[in-house]
Amino acid sequence: MGRTLTEKVLGRKAGREVRAGDVVSVSPDFILSHDNSAAIIQEFRKLGVKKVKAPEKIVIVLDHIVPAADEKYAQNHKTIREFVAEQGIPNFFDINAGICHQVLPEQGFAVPGGVIVGSDSHTPSYGALGAFATGIGRTETACTWATDEIWLRVPETLRIDLSGRLGPAVSAKDLSLKLIGDHGAEMANYKAVEFAGPAAGDFSVGARLTLANMSAEMGAKNGYFAPDDKALKWLAGRARSSFEALASDPDARYESVLACDLGALEPQVALPHSVDNVRPVAAVAGKPIDQVLIGTCTNGRLEDLEAAAAILKGRKVHKSVRVLVLPASWEVYRAALKSGALAALVDAGCVILNSGCGPCLGAHEGLMAAGEVCLSTSNRNFRGRMGHRDSEIYLASPATAAASAVFGRITDPRGFS
Amino acid sequence: MSHGIVWKYGDNVNTDVIFPGRYTYQMMTPDEMAKHALEDLDPGFAAKVKPGDVIVAGKNFGSGSSREQAAACLKAAGVQAVVATSFARIYFRNAINIGLPVLQSEEAAAHLEAGDHVDIDLVRGEIRSARGTFHFSPLPESVLGIIAAGGLIEYTKSKLTVDEAEEKKE
Repeated sequence: MGRTLTEKVLGRKAGREVRAGDVVSVSPDFILSHDNSAAIIQEFRKLGVKKVKAPEKIVIVLDHIVPAADEKYAQNHKTIREFVAEQGIPNFFDINAGICHQVLPEQGFAVPGGVIVGSDSHTPSYGALGAFATGIGRTETACTWATDEIWLRVPETLRIDLSGRLGPAVSAKDLSLKLIGDHGAEMANYKAVEFAGPAAGDFSVGARLTLANMSAEMGAKNGYFAPDDKALKWLAGRARSSFEALASDPDARYESVLACDLGALEPQVALPHSVDNVRPVAAVAGKPIDQVLIGTCTNGRLEDLEAAAAILKGRKVHKSVRVLVLPASWEVYRAALKSGALAALVDAGCVILNSGCGPCLGAHEGLMAAGEVCLSTSNRNFRGRMGHRDSEIYLASPATAAASAVFGRITDPRGFS
Repeated sequence: MSHGIVWKYGDNVNTDVIFPGRYTYQMMTPDEMAKHALEDLDPGFAAKVKPGDVIVAGKNFGSGSSREQAAACLKAAGVQAVVATSFARIYFRNAINIGLPVLQSEEAAAHLEAGDHVDIDLVRGEIRSARGTFHFSPLPESVLGIIAAGGLIEYTKSKLTVDEAEEKKE
C-alpha cells in the first residue's frame, strides 16, 4: 500500500513510516507569524526561557495592519522589531514586503516536501508547491519557538480529481467556491486535500495558491498539489534549500475521492454570511454593491490583477462603487506596475492600497458601515468581518469583481472582452 | 463534576462572530476579551454569561481564523466547556492549548436547549441533564494533562524545566 504526499512528508520529518491517524512530533522547517507576533512574544515571555530555540526557522512578516493604523498597532510593530533584533531572527519582513502567504513562496521558504506551521489559518497556501503547511494558534507558536517541536496528527486525505478545461472568465476561485458550496464548509475538516487529476497540471502556480489557500475554508489541515515541472520552474532561483519533490503513490490510500469537471463550471458567488452559501453569479446578478475588494492572499497575484485590469481597461468604475486593490506582495506590485495592470486600474478609478491584508480582517482601510455591501475576492464573508455587523460580504473571482465594479451591481464576467 | 447553564447556538459559529477582527490585533487582558465574547453572534451574551455556563452548538464550531482569543474570550467569560457536534481543527487545538475543554457530542448538541442545567464530568466523559445523560469520548490523557496544567504555556514550562534538569544531570 502506497503513501500520500502528507504521509511521506511528515514521515520523513519524523524519521519513520507513518500513516493517517498516527501522531508525530516534528521539528518544522519554518514557523510563520505576522502582526500577531506581538501577542506571541507575550506568551513566549511566560515560558521562562530567554532565547528562541532556532531563530533561523522563524519567519515574521508584518502584513495585517501595515502601515500601522493607530498607536496601538504601532506599538505592536515596535515590540516585534525589537524582539527580532534581540533574538537575531534573520527572516523578518517589514511593512513593505506583502502578505505572508505570498511572501513565503516568493522568497523561497515554501518548497516541496517542506514542513511549515504558521499562526494564521491560511498557512495551507504553501501546499501549492507541495509543502505540508498548516495553521496553529498563538500559544502553540510561542511554545514551538521555545521547543522547535510540534505534535501533529497525520491527516486522512480527500482527493479532488480535476478534469476538463475552464471556460473563459472562470477561474480557480470559482472552482473553490463551487466545491465548498456543494460539500459544505467542513467538507475537509481535519483532513488533507489533494488537488489531482488530468487537469491539475493546467493550473498556474498562482491558481494553485488560490486553491490551497481556500482549502482552509473547507476546514482542511493542509491542501496541496503534487509538485510538477511548472512548480519546479517557478521555484528555480527562489528555493532557499534543496528539496525532494515528494508526491502521492498511485496506490496511496484516500479517505474519499471527488470528481470535478471544470468544463461545467460557471462563475460563482458566496453570499453572506458563510463561505458555503454559494450560487452561480447568474442567480444573484443585479444585486447593488457599495464596495469591491480585489486582492488579498487569495486573489492578489499578478494574474488576478491582470484579469481585473483586462475588464476595467478603458472603462470606468461605476460612480456608486469604491474599488480597493491590494496587490499580494511588493513583487506583485512591481510586476503589475510594469505590466500596465495598475495603470489600467487607476485610470478606471480604483484605489491602490499597500500590499497587505487591508480591510479583509476588519481592522483598517476600507471598513463598511451598516447596510453596506462589498463584493470581495478574499476568502471569508463572515458577519462583521469587514466592518459593521450589519454589512454584507459577497465572495467572487477577480473577473467577477471587476465586471461588477463597472456596473455597480453583481455582474457575470463572461462576455466581457 | 461541574454545574452550568446552557447557551445554545447553531452550525458554523465562526471565529469572527466569537471574537471580531476589529479587536484581534489589539493586546487585551482576559477581562477585556471577555467583554467582546460572541459580540457579533449574540450581543447580549457577555453581560449575562455566568461562571460555569456551557456553550452548546452544532457543526464546525470555531471555523475560520486561527485567532486564539476566540477560545480565550470564552474561558475568560467563565464558560466551563463548549459542547458541539464538531469543531474546526485550529479552534480545537487552540481551546486545549489555553485550557478550555471542547467536547464533541452530536447527541448532546441535538438534545440540549438554552437554559438547561447540566453537569459535566471530563474524566468519565459524561454530560448529565434532565433530558438525559450524554457521552463523549474522554479527551486523551496528554490533552487532559494540558488542560490540568492550565494550558500549553504552563505545560511546556514544566516540560522545559524537566528537560533542563535532565541536561544538568547528564
